Amino acid sequence: MEKMIVLFIIIPLVGFMISLVVPSRKENVISFVSVSTISLQLIAAIGFSFFWLWNHHHLIDLKEFSVYKATDYDFYIQFYFDRITLVFLLIGVLLTLLITVYSRYYMHRESGYKRFFNVILFFYLGYNIVVFAGNLETLFIGWEILGISSFLLIAFYRDRYLPVKNAVKVFSIYRIGDVGLILAMWLSHHLWLTNISFSRLNDYSLVHEQLSHHTLIGVVISLCVLVSATAKSAQLPFSSWLPRAMEGPTPSSAIFYGSLSVHMGVFILMRTFHFWEHQLSIRFLIGFVGAATSVVATLTARVQSSVKSQIAYASIAQIGLIFIEVAAGWEVFALIHVAGNAFLRTYQLLVSPSVVSYKIREQFYNFVPRSKTIEDSFPKRIENTLYLMSLKEWSLDSLMYQFLWNPLKRFGNKLNFLHFKTVFLIVIPVYVVGIVLLANRSALDPLLVNYLPGIFALIGLVLVMKAFTERTSVRLSWLLVILNHFWIALAISFNEHFDVVHILLYLSGVVLSGTIGFLGIYRLKNQEGKLDMNRFQGHVYEHPKIALVFLLACLGLAGFPITPTFLGEDLIFSHIHENQFFLALFVALSFIMDGLALIRIYARVFLGPHSKTYHQVAKRSS
Amino acid sequence: MESKGNSFDKQHVLQELRHYLPAQAPLKDFVHHNTLHAFQGLNFFEALLESSTIFGYKTALSLKEFRTLFQQRKISRRILERIIIDKKGDSQALIWSNKVHHAQYEETQCPRIGALRNTWKEAYKIDLDSMVHPVLFRILCSYLDQGISIWNFPGEKKSLLDALRELEKNSFTSFFRTQRARALLLDESVTLELLLGLLVGDESLFEQYIFDQQFEHPGWSGMVSTIETNPSTLLDSRNCSLADLIFFECLLEIDVLDNHFGEIWAPISEKMISRPTALFAPVAKTELSDVLQIWQEAYEWTFYDQVLAGISSAKPSDEKIDKSFQAFFCIDDRECSIRRYVEATDERAETVGTPGHFNLDFYFQPEHGKFHTKVCPMPVQPKFLIKETNKASKLKTDVHFNQKTHGLLVGWVLTHTFGFWSALRLFLSVFRPSDSPSAVSAAKHMDKNSILSYENQAENDREGDLQIGYTIPEMTDRLEGLLRSTGIVDHFAPLVYFVGHGASSVNNTHYAGYDCGACSGRPGSVNARVISAIANNPEVRRLLATRGIVIPETTQFCGALHDTSKDEILFYDIEVLDSSHRIAHEKNVATFVKALDLNAQERSRRFMNIDSSMEASKVHQLVKKRTVSLFEPRPELNHATNAICVIGRRELTKAISLDRRSFLNSYDYRIDLDGKLLLGILNAAAPVCGGINLEYYFSRVDNQKLGAGTKLPHNVMGLIGVANGIDGDLRTGLPNQMIEVHDPIRMFIVVEHFPSAVLETIQRNASTYEWFKNEWLKLVVRHPESGAFYVFSDGKFNHYTGFETTVPCLDDVREIPTLGAENLPIYSIKTA
Repeated sequence: MEKMIVLFIIIPLVGFMISLVVPSRKENVISFVSVSTISLQLIAAIGFSFFWLWNHHHLIDLKEFSVYKATDYDFYIQFYFDRITLVFLLIGVLLTLLITVYSRYYMHRESGYKRFFNVILFFYLGYNIVVFAGNLETLFIGWEILGISSFLLIAFYRDRYLPVKNAVKVFSIYRIGDVGLILAMWLSHHLWLTNISFSRLNDYSLVHEQLSHHTLIGVVISLCVLVSATAKSAQLPFSSWLPRAMEGPTPSSAIFYGSLSVHMGVFILMRTFHFWEHQLSIRFLIGFVGAATSVVATLTARVQSSVKSQIAYASIAQIGLIFIEVAAGWEVFALIHVAGNAFLRTYQLLVSPSVVSYKIREQFYNFVPRSKTIEDSFPKRIENTLYLMSLKEWSLDSLMYQFLWNPLKRFGNKLNFLHFKTVFLIVIPVYVVGIVLLANRSALDPLLVNYLPGIFALIGLVLVMKAFTERTSVRLSWLLVILNHFWIALAISFNEHFDVVHILLYLSGVVLSGTIGFLGIYRLKNQEGKLDMNRFQGHVYEHPKIALVFLLACLGLAGFPITPTFLGEDLIFSHIHENQFFLALFVALSFIMDGLALIRIYARVFLGPHSKTYHQVAKRSS
Repeated sequence: MESKGNSFDKQHVLQELRHYLPAQAPLKDFVHHNTLHAFQGLNFFEALLESSTIFGYKTALSLKEFRTLFQQRKISRRILERIIIDKKGDSQALIWSNKVHHAQYEETQCPRIGALRNTWKEAYKIDLDSMVHPVLFRILCSYLDQGISIWNFPGEKKSLLDALRELEKNSFTSFFRTQRARALLLDESVTLELLLGLLVGDESLFEQYIFDQQFEHPGWSGMVSTIETNPSTLLDSRNCSLADLIFFECLLEIDVLDNHFGEIWAPISEKMISRPTALFAPVAKTELSDVLQIWQEAYEWTFYDQVLAGISSAKPSDEKIDKSFQAFFCIDDRECSIRRYVEATDERAETVGTPGHFNLDFYFQPEHGKFHTKVCPMPVQPKFLIKETNKASKLKTDVHFNQKTHGLLVGWVLTHTFGFWSALRLFLSVFRPSDSPSAVSAAKHMDKNSILSYENQAENDREGDLQIGYTIPEMTDRLEGLLRSTGIVDHFAPLVYFVGHGASSVNNTHYAGYDCGACSGRPGSVNARVISAIANNPEVRRLLATRGIVIPETTQFCGALHDTSKDEILFYDIEVLDSSHRIAHEKNVATFVKALDLNAQERSRRFMNIDSSMEASKVHQLVKKRTVSLFEPRPELNHATNAICVIGRRELTKAISLDRRSFLNSYDYRIDLDGKLLLGILNAAAPVCGGINLEYYFSRVDNQKLGAGTKLPHNVMGLIGVANGIDGDLRTGLPNQMIEVHDPIRMFIVVEHFPSAVLETIQRNASTYEWFKNEWLKLVVRHPESGAFYVFSDGKFNHYTGFETTVPCLDDVREIPTLGAENLPIYSIKTA
């Protein structure tokens, strides 16, 4: 019976696969597949919950299968079931079912009907993988799926400017969360010398023993997890992405950003609770982040004049409180809070268009000139300052630009001398030198060998930063991302665990996806003449097939679990030593920037307002 | 070429700008109007070309769409050929026919608007809008907000600039990132010209710059301009102006530029690559625009021709049958089919069409209402007020809209408790949709059992400058006008119904557009009740008799409300009917109920997820359910497919099916030979029907720029408009869900009268005449004696020879629902 929990992954996976092959004109079949998939999941979930509760609800820990095994390396899929899983499973399946039934009618005749349900099922698959994950590696697979499906749903109206811009923005914040998770994975690898399952975190003596020897690593891992949770749950300083994510059809905003997606940060904190429960400083920090967020978000919610952003900030504020509850160790209380918040905000978002008729009617009958609010009792100057700060969302959105994206851009611009051809002239020869050095590693000064991996990884990182900020050539940007992977491979090869199979595993997906991507770019260029990276071009309007293949190539190149590169990336980390923090950081940043650069290429070339205006094209501001 | 003189006249530019910006009112007062009203002084096709060249709108279907319609035989080959010959002459026909069918044209739009400001991107490499818009929209929306935010804009009663200054002066933080912009705001002597001097430089480009700037966000600018012109459209009024908006936007631009380049950047006129074409420079005709015009006219006449064939198959007779009842409906196209079913169900019933305010002009104030609401056509300025008292029902509330749920601590308690109630509500609203406080229902407009103060009690019975209720002569005037204009002046049936209409929906931000257009986007229930009460009044009848209209004592009037989405009917004041009428009424109710079932079934033809072949009453239940379903973006299709307006006796249209596409105004030329009443009808019909028709037309051909796009992602901004996401521009026009089945053709007005009389009549009112002269509406006259048709063009009526002589025949109107979801041809209906 316990083995049954695999079903909760298989059902959405199969449903998703089926939904991909249904012809897009068959609305009824598409929605039937989606609704029955989730209904089946609901039946299974209810049945299993009863069974589990009946059987004294002990923890289930299921090591499913090894994806790849080598000496001292074992990447295995692992599932886990406890009451946190139970609650998230039930909230997830219930809301997703309601939303799919709802959207069945709501989305009727909308172009992209099929795409909508595909993405919902994909999202739901990712959600379940996260919720059932028994170790960080498994969880990370789901985490990546959530990120991509979020991007696709925010950019659902892909022919308009704002949805695409905001989708890229949200995806970037998600990637910051991913760095945290990748580093946490790497560090815990070294802490435990194996994949650490969540079940073992429950073993107090084990955790305690490890941590007492490695206090610093313990703290850093906790911090990484916290960054990840904070980004995903839109806590300070990342809060401003949540309202901006409300670009898709209302039900998708309701389920993603009103309820399921935004509580994933809380989930990962609860999942790792036993790891940091004895790190008092971390608990205070989590509580502090929650408290600060709830105050700031409440103030911001109070000045919002659009209904969806108001709900978004109100929800962020409640999640802040949930962070406090989790930090305090009130698990049950936090779980109830998560469920209540998810249900309330979902429903509020769904009925949000009714707010006009409702409030206008209410005002018509009960109009009183605006009453005094609590802020009116503050000194005027304080009141105005608070108001203005809240109106500007505490500059959170511009801070992201100021401290993150603008410096990156400035840095990228410094590399403007790089062109497609100069890359061949400069970067590739240097790479060859690197390989020569590698071949003669034993003859080199050990000190140099020590530094070389870091230097090479840094070169890779620099290249991908240029890829991210490239404004003219699509193929240059694409090439730089590929090269980045090669530099990382080179850097890692200097570590003594050099294993050619691992490197091949890693690069095979890169080469495959890279080639497919190039073919896509050339094909499009042949048909369209000029491509550039300076603005969105919306070529998906005329070339949906190339767009789809190119998206898959992007995912492959970004290490998404569809090619062996995914595994390779994890392997790469297992080869980075505990004391090579900078190497790890560079590699982690590289992976993050890869994803960003690729999504940016995809968005600029294929999404946004179409560059040809012979058909209806929306204003940029709409 | 660069005149540096004093060429910038701010007031003039603002006035021009206001003229071209969208004139859409806040959501609660949404009324259909011609989207391109600014171009109405031009001929229709010239306007299409100009607006498209200047503003980049798509103003017609694309060539590809037209050609597909032709292949689908929705455009007739014969008509197309004739139009080509008419326009281009016999000798050129072949060449043009080839162009129409096969030539390839560049349809890409390179509008003039935006060309000047594009210099920021091209020469300065800066994306100004992406940094200015989010801040600007957010501030503007917070300032105008009608009740979404909990903590409102400090000093929102001041003018926009004053409120901003106050806030800027009195806080530790700033709207701006740089000092100069801040100083410019705080210094009250700074003029707009100064700011434009910094940004633009060359004064002769100021106007173009402002147009470019404001047309980057026409939604917000249009809203500000509308509110400025008509402040009472907001319940919580604001003192905003377009001038303030432009001033502040210029400041934000200066701020962004200063922040990016320091204070040393050069104005745009010094860096622009070449001087852009002036916005309103003459627009040259293109071959493409000719081809599109030919297609458009062929498309329209393919349909018009059928309509005329259908009408000519009618044989109006003077036979006066013994009527069981008469029912006055609104001219609204949605009432087109219900009238057919009422008459089919009870052959002795007669239906009449007239604008749904029933010739009444007043404000209505429901009990406990803090405001007056206008329930007559938008242009009318009423001097009367009718108040509701003795209301029984109370306003229901829903905690999900309560602002407290957004508070921190209350929210904390509520999510733990109430959150689970939300789950249940969500479950029920998905699986068992039912009425809720969030729904809009036509019946809620006025309490069924309340008392209306329609009778003026004394001379000083007034409120402000409004007189409460009408005096007897005033009532008589209105009733007389109504009866005469519809031609119903004798042979009254024992029971006469006045049926107003309204709509019900939920989760519908455009709800006001679903109600009666003649009642300013409100349900017509109050009007129907009041006009019935007036007609039942013995004193009114006595006075009316002296004016030549005798209503027999055996005739009684009854008001009613037709809910066009639910297809339900509600009768008012049945207790005033005497017992024999009461019995007759009961019988008529059965007729209405049956007709409504059939009507709902016919409507369901267009709803893909209802099987229309089921029993009518079952289909009706499903149709009703749509109006309370949160997930239903199309509770009804509103005016979609509207195309015709017939002004004449019912006999002309009684035996044909016009597929819910026609406005029907009853009118009898025989009592109006000089066209006086006709003028009154056309004065109302032209802007109302024309406004509806053209808003549908333009929202359909360019749903992205002239329409609101799909409504599914819409977010409510400040209760006044909708936008996509949280930092988009307000969307004007109609959402895709309202127009997707609409065929973009102009309204075809058919009048039954003598051509000479009509020609003389329409010229009497310049603004009405403009609609016809410039062909924004197509006008055709049916000669009442010969039955021949005369089409109005180039200022005169020309005899029309049709192509179709017969139309297909239907044995029974009840077959219609089974005929699929597409537009139907005009059918003649066999009468038993």
